[in-house]
Amino acid sequence: MNAKRTDFIATVVIDLIVASVVGILFFLLAYILTAGLPHVSWSFLTGATDAFSGAGGIGVQLFNSFYLLVLTMLISVPISLGAGIYLAEYAKDNWRTSLIRSAIEVLSSLPSVVVGLFGFLLFVVKFKIGFSVISGSIALTFFNLPLLTRNIEESLSAVSRSQREAGLSLGLSKWKTELGIILPVALPGIVTGIVLSAGRVFGEAAALIYTAGQSAPVTNFADWNPMDPASPLNPFRPAETLAVHIWKVNTEGLASNAAALSAAASAVLIIAVLLFNLGARLLGNYLYRRVTASK
Amino acid sequence: MLKQYSFEETAVQTFDDKTSLAMRTEDMQVFYGSNHAMFDANLAFPKNQITALIGASGSGKSTYLRSLNRMNDGIATVTGKIWYHGVNINEPGVNIYEIRRHIGMVFQRPNPFAKSIRENIVYALRANGVKKKAELEERIEQSLKGAALWDEVKDSLDKSALSLSGGQQQRLCIARSIAMAPDVLLLDEPCSALDPISTVKVEETLLELQKKYSIIIVTHNMQQASRISSQCAFFHLGHIMEYAPTGTMFSNPQIPVTQDYIAGSFG
Repeated sequence: MNAKRTDFIATVVIDLIVASVVGILFFLLAYILTAGLPHVSWSFLTGATDAFSGAGGIGVQLFNSFYLLVLTMLISVPISLGAGIYLAEYAKDNWRTSLIRSAIEVLSSLPSVVVGLFGFLLFVVKFKIGFSVISGSIALTFFNLPLLTRNIEESLSAVSRSQREAGLSLGLSKWKTELGIILPVALPGIVTGIVLSAGRVFGEAAALIYTAGQSAPVTNFADWNPMDPASPLNPFRPAETLAVHIWKVNTEGLASNAAALSAAASAVLIIAVLLFNLGARLLGNYLYRRVTASK
Repeated sequence: MLKQYSFEETAVQTFDDKTSLAMRTEDMQVFYGSNHAMFDANLAFPKNQITALIGASGSGKSTYLRSLNRMNDGIATVTGKIWYHGVNINEPGVNIYEIRRHIGMVFQRPNPFAKSIRENIVYALRANGVKKKAELEERIEQSLKGAALWDEVKDSLDKSALSLSGGQQQRLCIARSIAMAPDVLLLDEPCSALDPISTVKVEETLLELQKKYSIIIVTHNMQQASRISSQCAFFHLGHIMEYAPTGTMFSNPQIPVTQDYIAGSFG
């Protein structure tokens, strides 16, 4: 077979594979949106849930999902940034480093239900924090750390060595070079990693059932003092997220319109994830342009 | 098959007046792991002159150059003494960051930071405590003028440095180094990635800069060495074979290996 023909066949096969991936994605999106959107209304988006049947709106759950995400990121991004910088720049190539790497890999392959039960026993029961946003975010941090650390390490390592040499040759310390010169260049890759892990956090249910809880007490959205028990910002209140709500409506819900409720909630969840991705990318691009002066 | 030359037969000039020197090395050895890459390097560099280090690929000239401002720390083991202003800077206790501010370096491939032209120059200055806006502005202008780049970029200082051409980027890297007000400037084949016109501009810049700085340049281009340098050292397989004023070296090389290299009948 000649080279031209081989190349043609390979191109067609690759195109077909890509088309099927994109096709499946669009089919799923279209299905979820068409099934769910007709049931979405303003009162559904903002209303309270009936605690017994699970019927009613998803306002609190929607807020909980975002709040949990933000809190999780606040905890996990700094930790994984430190770990990623350490692995990319400071770790020597020896058995200790490979031990750390395999530990991170093991952590990333833990089933989420195990992480959830672990969080339940340690934070909820042992530390007596109870079902709460904070227990949930710490459990989710366990998921995030391996992904984010790996991603940050790879983004940093991808920056050319000559940039590091330039920094060092000007008498900058290794740390200053890393933070001021390498990190800004690696920013787009890191933002992608954050977006990916945010999607996981949004969609996670199993680990949150045991840590953030399955109830969404009515909160007073006029009260923004995080210390008040009724405030939406109180990290110690139980917080059922949208994904947990979908699971609950389908398994334990007594509402007569459970199917419509979960379809609508799924559509909202997907739109929220898309909006978050878009927002994170825009922010990432903006920051990148600011620090690198490109266009 | 490479011709065999005796490493015993060398012709390395020395300088009696140590105060006229910018820096010198004494019995410097470099090892990459167990691989001995640089043998007994004894070179002295006169102040305010351009010294060229020439030799074939793998002769150890870049390795030698990178050792001078301790850029080989963590990569190779460097033993022996590196004298700079009466201090042996190859001691463990020496502040290498301070040293690198005095001994600047420009690399083979232009490596400006992914920042604006202005930031490229002031980033390291600010990190080293120069905070006054007026002084920063002055350093930007002076260093860019010194690198003969000012006229080309003075109206676009906030543009990304990556939007410059290769030759402009390399001159920006030179400007970035001299903005630190160093004493010695090390250049590692600074023109090898540039076109002939950019090369000429960089060379003119260096000839101008030697009035203020002592310059040591690695080059694989013998024409370049003869055009710009006052002193020239020839490296061969990790040994410094000959070191002489450039004119003498090219017109009247002392030992067979240099004669063959300059005549182009090497190996």
